[in-house]
This record gives sequence, C-alpha cells and structure tokens, in this order.
Amino acid sequence: MRRLDPRLEQRLVKVLLWAMTLATVFVLLYIVLFILLRGLPVLSVSFLTENPHDMGKSGGIFPTIVGTLALTAMALLVAVPLGVGTAVYLTEYTWENRLTRVIRFGADCLAGIPSIIFGLFGFILFVLKLGFGWSILSGGLTLAFMVLPTIIRTSEEALRSVPRSYREVSTSLGSTKWQMVTRVVLPSALPGIVTGVILSVGRSIGETAAVIFTAGSSLRLPTSLFSSSRTMSVHFYILAREGISMPNAYGTAAVLVIAILAVNIITYRLMHRFIRKYS
Amino acid sequence: MTSLDRRESLVRAVLLLAAFSAVSVLAVITVFIFVEGTPIMFRRGVGQFLFGQDWFPGEGRFGLLPMIIGSVQVTLGALLIGVPFALACAVFLTEFSSPRLRRILKPVIELLAGIPSVVYGFIGVIVLVPFIRDNLGGPGFSVLTASIVLGIMILPTVISISIDALQALPPSYREGALAMGATRWQTVRMVLLPSARSGIVASIILGMGRAVGETMAVIMIAGNAASIPRSPLEPVRTLTSNIALEMSYASGEHREALFATGVILFIIIMVLNTVANLSSSRRGRERKG
Amino acid sequence: MRFDSTEAAGGLQLAALPALLAAAAVLLLSACSRGASSGELTVAGSTSIQPFCDRWAEVYMEDHAGCAVNVQGGGSSAGIQAARSGAAHIGMSSRPLKPEEEDLVEIVVARDGLAIIVHPENVLESLSLQEVRAVFEGSVRSWSVLGGPAKPVHVITREEGSGTRGAFQELVMGDSRIFRGAIVQDSNGTVREIVAGDPNAVGYISLGLVDDRVRALKLDGVEATEESIESGAYPLVRPFLFVAREAPRDRAGNFLDFVLSEEGQALIKKEGLIPVRRRTP
Repeated sequence: MRRLDPRLEQRLVKVLLWAMTLATVFVLLYIVLFILLRGLPVLSVSFLTENPHDMGKSGGIFPTIVGTLALTAMALLVAVPLGVGTAVYLTEYTWENRLTRVIRFGADCLAGIPSIIFGLFGFILFVLKLGFGWSILSGGLTLAFMVLPTIIRTSEEALRSVPRSYREVSTSLGSTKWQMVTRVVLPSALPGIVTGVILSVGRSIGETAAVIFTAGSSLRLPTSLFSSSRTMSVHFYILAREGISMPNAYGTAAVLVIAILAVNIITYRLMHRFIRKYS
Repeated sequence: MTSLDRRESLVRAVLLLAAFSAVSVLAVITVFIFVEGTPIMFRRGVGQFLFGQDWFPGEGRFGLLPMIIGSVQVTLGALLIGVPFALACAVFLTEFSSPRLRRILKPVIELLAGIPSVVYGFIGVIVLVPFIRDNLGGPGFSVLTASIVLGIMILPTVISISIDALQALPPSYREGALAMGATRWQTVRMVLLPSARSGIVASIILGMGRAVGETMAVIMIAGNAASIPRSPLEPVRTLTSNIALEMSYASGEHREALFATGVILFIIIMVLNTVANLSSSRRGRERKG
Repeated sequence: MRFDSTEAAGGLQLAALPALLAAAAVLLLSACSRGASSGELTVAGSTSIQPFCDRWAEVYMEDHAGCAVNVQGGGSSAGIQAARSGAAHIGMSSRPLKPEEEDLVEIVVARDGLAIIVHPENVLESLSLQEVRAVFEGSVRSWSVLGGPAKPVHVITREEGSGTRGAFQELVMGDSRIFRGAIVQDSNGTVREIVAGDPNAVGYISLGLVDDRVRALKLDGVEATEESIESGAYPLVRPFLFVAREAPRDRAGNFLDFVLSEEGQALIKKEGLIPVRRRTP
C-alpha cells in the first residue's frame, strides 16, 4: 500500500484539526451566547432588586442573589480557615510520610465525589439528624465540606511551590517558624491559595444538586441562618424546567454566567501573576 | 520555656486542630456513606444489588443494574464524543497554531469550564432534545443526548490539561524530531503524543470523573427511565440521577439503597483517582530517567 | 531580635479562627433543638400543591407581615416524611395517606382533578380508562392503535415519590405497574413542558396546572371540569392534603385557617382547583 506523502498527510491533518478546534470553540461560545443574548435584555435594576411573584413568573430575583451570596460566604467561612490551616500544617509542620500521602489521596478522592453525594450526606446529617432543616446553615456547611478538599489541595500545592530557599533564608535570619510562615511563605503562596478559594467560589455559585436538598427552594428573602433560601442556579433550574417563565429563566442564567465568568477571569489574572512571579 | 516557644507551641497546636478537624470532616463523610450504605448490600447480597434489573423501591426491589449500565453508557459516550475533539483542540493549539491564538483561546476555554451544569442541561433540553427527536427518532431524551451534552461539558477540562501536558514537554523533543526531517504531524504522532501520554490520560480520567458525577444536567436530558436502554436513542437513568430523584422521600431500606449507590460511586472515583495517580507518578519516574 | 508581639497576636488570631469556629459550632449545635427558626413556617411536599400554596403564602404574608411562610417542593412522599421528621411544620400531599402514614393528622385543603394531557396537535379527543391504563402499562407502542397516526407513543410519568403518581397509580393503574421504559420527570411543570413540546407525548398532571400549551383528554367522553368532578362523572379526583404530626396550632394553625377561609378558597378556585366546603365547628 502506498503511504501518503508526509507533507500531504500533514496538510490534511492540519485542516481536520483546525476544523475540529473551530467546532469545539464554536459550540462552547454558542452556549454562552445563547444564554447571554436571551438573558441580558431581561436584566434591569428591578430584576436584580425585586422579590419574585407568582412562583417566579414575574418580579425579580433578589432573594436568590442574597441566598447565593449567603451560602457561598458560609461555605468559605468554614472551609478556608480549616483548609488553609490544614495545608499549612501538612507542608510546614510535618514531614512527608504515609499519613500525609493518605490525607492527600483522601482529599483528591473527595474532590472528585459527585456533588449529589454531598447533597445526600448534608440532607441526612444537617437537615434531618441535626435538625437544622432546610436552611442556609445546612446548605453552607454542605458546600463547605464540598470545597474543603479542593482548598486543601490547591493551598498545599501553592505552599509547596514556594522555593525552599525562601524558608531557609528566613530561618537563617532568626525568625521563628510561625513568623516564617506568616511573613514569608503565606504571602508568596497567597495568589495560589486565593486562586483555589476563588475556584471554589465559582463551584459553589453554580452548584445545584447539593444545594437544592439542603438549603431548600423557598423564594422568600432569607432572614437568618436557619432560613431556607433558593440560590440562583436552583431558581434557574426550577424556572426553566417547569416553564414558569422563560425570560426570567434566561435572565437568571445570564446573571449566573456573568458572575462565574467574572470569578474565573479574576482567577486567571491572579494565576498569571503567581506564575510570572515564580517562573 | 520562653514566651516565644509557648506561642510557637500554641500556634502549632491550633494548626494541628485545624488539620485534625478538616481530616475528621473528610473521614466523617466517607465513613457515614459507607456505614449507611454497606449493610444493605450484604443483607440483600451484593450480586442481587449490582446485577438485579428491577428497581421498584415501593416493592422492596433494589436492582441497580440499569443505572450502572446507564452511567457506564453515558460516560463512555461522553468520552467517545468529547475526547477526540478535546485532543484535536489541544494538539492544534499547541503545535499548529500561532502562540497568540493559543494565548487567547486557552483562557477562553478554561473560563467555560465554570459554566453551571444546569445551563448545559437546559440548552440540551431546548436545542438537542427536539433535534434528536425530530431527526433521529425516539423521545429525544436518550443516551445519545446525555453523551453529547456530557461530552461538551468535559471538553474544557480535557483540553486545558492536555495542553499543559503537551506544553510541558521539553522543546528538544520537537527540535530533535524536526532535525531528523519529520513533519510537524509526524512529530506529534510519533514523539509528542506518546511522551505526553500520562498527562493526557490523567486529563481524560478527570473528565471521566466529571461525567460520572454529573447529576442535574443528566436528569434534565436523559429521560430517567429505570430500564436498560437497547439503543442510544432510548431513555436512561444514571446512578447519580437515581439518588437525586428519590432522595427526598426515601426512608428505611430505600434510603439505605441510595447510600449504597453512593458507595458504588465512591469506589468508582477512588479507582479512577488511583489510576490517575499511578499514571502521573509514572510520568514523574520517566522524566527522571 | 525583638519579637513583635502585635505581629504574633495578629498571626495567632488567624490561627485561632478555626478554634473559634469549632467552639461556635458546638454552641450552635447545643443551642438549637430541631426544626425551623422562630417566626418561620416551613411547608414542604407535593409539587402539585406547591404553586397554589405559594400563592396562599404570598397573600397570607401581605396581611401578616411578621410570619414568613417557606414553601418547598420535593414531592408528596417527601412532604409526608418532612412532616413526620419535623423538617417541615406542614407537609403537602396530593395523594391519600397510606395505612402506615395514618398516624399523621390530615386536613383536606382543596380537591384537584388528574388530567391526562397530550400535545394540542394530537388528534385524540377522548380515551377510556382501560386505554389510558394500557398506554401507561407500555402495551400501546403506536398512536395508530388508538386511532391516531402511526407514530410512537412517548409516555411521561412522575417519579415514584410523587403524590400525583401515587394518585394516578391508585385511580387508573390499579394493580398494574407503570412500565419501566416511561420517561420520568420530577414535577408537574416539567411533565407539562415536555408534553407541550412533543406531539407524540402523553402524561398526567394536576388539572389545576393545565394551560393552553397542552390539552387534557376526555375520559369516556367526559371532560374534566369542576362540575363533572363534583358530580362524579369524571372519576380522577384526589384530595390536596396538609399533614402534620399534630393538629396545627399557632403559626401553622393561623396559616391553615387562612387556607380554609373563604378568601383562601376563592383564591385557588380562581386558579383552577376545586375548593372544599368548610364545615363550621
């Protein structure tokens, strides 16, 4: 069989790859544009600040924005100190041994567990067994547990990538361990840590499965930690599936997409600064 | 002991507490799921559970086979559809395009990784389901629909990690091959792809994990029929959808069965993670050699 | 080197955060008993009742500014579970209680017809109860069997915990099972959306939720209206129930009084439900 001339083969392959790349980028952009084109016209100040009426058929989405912010804040409040503290302990205060490897593997596994399982766990433990009911507390704690493994892993990687020389110089100048950590290591690793935190924020905002079973789907403005609250993604899910109001669904989705894109852009900028600092 | 030492000890103790709490949390979740989920598997027989075809919780029948097959089909479908495009994209962007194009497109693609899954699911319902129903047959809610949407969802993950893997290869690989007269494509095919294999495999496994774990989008588009699909155009239910659909009202044995489903998913993820770890450690070892 | 105590104090504060949170968590856990917070009423369950209950809640809260009423979905069985476990003050169920659930208090707050819906373009006007049963059993694979075009029948059903499905099972299917190949969706609204978009689909939803995007089939020639349901000519009726562990008092009782009042019942009658006649004690 005659083999294809390598240059001809390359030209064909190049065209094929180009076409496939074009298709991929097109599809991904189509999805974003689909939402934004239909959703942006719906956005207005009143949409963002009014309460919903009639199951969301009219009115705005203000309670869902509050709910989303509350849940995310609660998740971060719990997961960031625990996660960063754990990462600091693992990298600075212990040596690499079997235990740290097990912890890392465990964190990796849990980072990959489907969110519905966290939802099941959170529903049984927080909503039922501990009696918190459908609430921001239940939802926030569940989300915290969900992002904790990611924060531990990204913080650990950020801390590990701080050159050892930084630490050596610091201690050779007479600093204590804690001074070295807070004044030298943490500031250097901060962009990487913050990247992990912000990625978790993005994940929390878009999370639906774990939230709908723990924070519930009440449309009322939440008044306390024990209030049930609907997040934007849950609201979008319900509006869109039940056909309650397509325009409002698109509007909610547009807000969601814009928020997540903004969060991701910030992450990207930070990561860039981090990489530039150390490469 | 000076006050300095005491402060250091205190700090260390607090950090240890934080680490301990975090690890406890991780352990609690794992233990909880296993404790709630394994008794029923042994009581009913693991075989019955994994290979039973009838899921009728109202009658006490908990056969997970349709859902296991559902998850497998949908995940494999997603990989079949997503991976070729993802790899084509990665190869194109690293080897055949200008660096400027890559610098623009890679972040754009990574941005899209954050789009919530309910948005993908919704567009699947609005656009894909009617299309498949009108042009290919069936109700539109099917294995094929789920595979396509999940395939699209894993694209950003696989693309960006594969690009990283390819970019991490030393330039000498490319230069050496080109110096010997190979074309760009021959270089890619015979030198670069094999060398980057472990990173690419890791990216595929990560994508697989995401596809297996997806719930909301799948509920919206796959039809959720608890039967084994005989063609890609028939509706299907995955393990994750099963949990989500029945979780709020399941009690007693039914609830235990859902936790058991969680156990199975947990084990699948553990296996995938172990394989990914092995693959990347092999890469580390090869690099040293 | 001088040790800067304020620096260390700042650092300690950062590290003490996990400890403080842990302590706060413990306090929180010990402080709360079970259930929702003060001043909020949680009503959860049937997705059939949910939109109407939300309407009740909206009007109720206009007059009673202090009490928030949270309405959740989840399905009738979930609502019954929630009422029993205390996660909700009131559970909503759109099917009659099963024998093992009889320990709960049930109050009928409305009645609702069950509509078999098809796409507006579907040529069928009426089916018999046996034909509906056959369709949902999975034995009718093509519309031609029923006098329609030779197109496949796409059967849509609710999930197992749904009160609507429970009522449908009891009133239509009897001892037969809904076949396993039917497409499952988890709310009335979703079923309606799908049937509205697929000319070959058939499903069942709450009569009160039928709008002009779908058409309700007649049963044996009888159309589903309030009159035909009252007279019994249209057989598919089910009660909308509020269930609770004990007879609702205080906040829950006030809300219930509103729901059963003339104003509350007029509200849902306008929306398509069948009001209950309240017997004055």
